Order: sequence, then C-alpha cells, then structure tokens
Amino acid sequence: MSGGFYAITRANLEKDLRLEWRSKDALNAMGFFALLVVVIFAMSFDPSAEESRRIVGGIFWVAFLFAAIVALNQTWAREMRNQVLDAYRVSAAPASALFFSKVLGNFLFVGLIELLVSPLFVVFYNVRSIGPVWQLAVVFFLGTWALVANGTFFAALSLRTRNREVMLPLLLFPISIPALLAMVQATTNILSGEYSPDMWIKLLAGYDVVFTIAGLLMFEVVLNAE
Amino acid sequence: MNFCFNASTLYVLLGDNGAGKSTLLRMLAGLTQPTSGKVELNANFTRQQVGYMGHASLLYDELTGMENLRYFAELQGMGTSHETIKKCELAMNCVGLDPGMHRNVHAYSQGMRQRLSLARAVLHSPKIVLLDEPFSNVDAVSMAQMSRHLGELRDAGCTVIVITHQVTALAHTGDEFLTMQLGRIIESRKRAQLRPTEVGL
Repeated sequence: MSGGFYAITRANLEKDLRLEWRSKDALNAMGFFALLVVVIFAMSFDPSAEESRRIVGGIFWVAFLFAAIVALNQTWAREMRNQVLDAYRVSAAPASALFFSKVLGNFLFVGLIELLVSPLFVVFYNVRSIGPVWQLAVVFFLGTWALVANGTFFAALSLRTRNREVMLPLLLFPISIPALLAMVQATTNILSGEYSPDMWIKLLAGYDVVFTIAGLLMFEVVLNAE
Repeated sequence: MNFCFNASTLYVLLGDNGAGKSTLLRMLAGLTQPTSGKVELNANFTRQQVGYMGHASLLYDELTGMENLRYFAELQGMGTSHETIKKCELAMNCVGLDPGMHRNVHAYSQGMRQRLSLARAVLHSPKIVLLDEPFSNVDAVSMAQMSRHLGELRDAGCTVIVITHQVTALAHTGDEFLTMQLGRIIESRKRAQLRPTEVGL
C-alpha cells in the first residue's frame, strides 16, 4: 500500500510549491537579497566591460549562495512549524523522497530568482559573453543543483540545533568551496572566452552526482536523528 | 515498565505533567528511541498501521483541511483517486468538520485544529491509534463526538491509546485507565473502577 518514491516526491513537491505560492516567504527574501547584492557591488566597483567578465562570475555565485541560504532555512522551518515532520516520520513515506522533493523545490525557487536577476547583471555590469551562452546555461543548472542539493541536506542536519540559521552557513560554506570554485571558474572562462570551461563543468557534474547520491542515501538517518 | 497493549481496547493514560506519558506515546510511534529496553509491535504490524496525533497539530497552516488530508493520504500510499478524496471527506465529517470549507488551517480555531488533527491521524485506518491530549481546547459537543469516534475505532479492532487530563471525556468509552508516575504505570483500572468524580458524578 506504500506510495512509490516518485508519487511521494510529486506529492511533497506539489505541497511545497503550493505553500510557497501562498506565502512567498522564500522567493521574496531571496529576490530582495540578490537584488541588493547586484546593486551594491555595481555601485561599489563600477567596472569596465573587461573587468566585469572577470569578476561577475564570483559576484553572481556568491550572491546566490547567500540568497539560497534563505530558501534553505525556510524549506525546513515550514516542516518544524506544528511539528509536521513528525507526521512524515510516522508515515510509510520514504525519507529519500522528502529529500529529493525538497531539492527539486529549492532548485525551482533559486533557479527562478536566478532567471529574474540575471538580466540585471547584464545591465549593471555590462556583461557580454564571448564564449557560447549554452555553456552558461549548463553551468547555471549544475551550479544551482550543487547549491541546493548540498544545502538541503545540511539545512536538515542543522534542523534540531539551537541556532540553525547560524549553523547552516557554518556547515554548508566549507563543503561548497569545490563547487563554488568550479562555478566561478567555469562562468568566468565562458564569459571571457580565454580558457575552456570543460574541466570545471565536469568537476561540477561529479560534485552534483556524489552529493545527490550521498544525500539520498543518508537522509533517513538525518530525518530520524534525535 | 513492562506492559502489553491489546487490540480492540481503548486505553486512557493519566498522570501529572512530567510523568512520561508523551514520551511513552512517542516511543510507541517510533519517534523516540528508548534509552534502554524495547518497544515491540505485533509481528503483523508495520509502521504505516500507526496513527499518531501529537501535542502540536502536525498540520500545515497554509493549506485547507482537505488539502492537508489529501497530502497525508498520499504519504500513506492511498493515492489520489476519487475513493481517497471520499475517504478524506468522510474523515472530516466524522470529526464534525465541513470538507467544503475553503479556509486555511491558520484560520481554524484551536478546537477545529484538534479535530482535523484527529482526522489526519486515523485517515489511513491504522490498527494502533496514539493520541496526545486530543481534547485540549475542544468544546463539550465536539469532545463527545470525538470520544464516540474513538469508541468506533476501538470496536473496529484498533488499539487506541489516549493521553488526557479530562478523564470524564472518556469515562464511558475507555476500557482501561492507566496512571503513570515518573515513567512507570503505577495503577491500572477498568472503567467500573473509576471514582464518581472521574465519571462526572
């Protein structure tokens, strides 16, 4: 009688999208934060087009790493309100389906904000890509997945700690360094067209696969931890 | 503590604050692991045959009552069929709530939340029903309705374990009244052994 992995994932995702649509907590906070970072950095540096190509990758990914923290904290805070997570733990639903649906949901939320804010980077930093733009799309996809897959897992891990909002960045940032480096280097290489981003994209893909599988396998332990 | 809970019986757990009632219920639900000893379910039981209602509502405030029930029905593997929707509607009716109500749960009164929480806990027809303070903030009419519903579940073969400080609410439905103190069951009484004040006389 137990629901399958995909059916439960879909049910969780639908529920999360509905909750976010009604509250817009994560989207508003993330969008505002990302917007602030774009404007503040643009006013602080006033870079030329050449300089922009070198720095915009770093600014973009650091902005979205910080902005994603808001969504990641929010996604589990919802489950802690009224202790709804206990109802999930008592049910027959697999823990991995909850993790996967949260990753998908956060991917959609962060991805949407990236789509909305990216044009501002073009305007404020006067960025024109010299390398192929489709490669940028691949890096955005893999980079965003790396942020949310890791972030969703560590947000759940810090769920029962006293200062979870502080704990999440402390856990997440160090382990995200390889992915962040790959995202920034790949983006910069594509924008400047000087070097091939292939190695960094492969590193990012490998990072995504490893951390997604690890999250799926280990999430039951995290969910049932006292 | 060494105790065996039987099928088709409605147990009422009594005791002062800190007696260990909620901890016992959480251990029976598999939400807390005992520091020593073990909780054993009948070999035929699986986790999904347990229905649990905690101190908190275990509901999403931003969803309506029906949306909550349909989500939890899916978690229990009941799918999204027309039959499941009917079951959700019936569960709401059984606790005196209108399935057509389009209000989100955050607009519910505390008593309505309690009733919806009970509907959620028993939606999937569990064999073991664990309820922590289901009658808190519930009016007398709803309390009687909920109490009757718990009696029906017991008659259908469920093991029902209820923590309450309002013993009169289950004085005519409960089968066995257990009093806990410092993590131990210190007294076990049948319905006939209740004191007159406990049955509301």
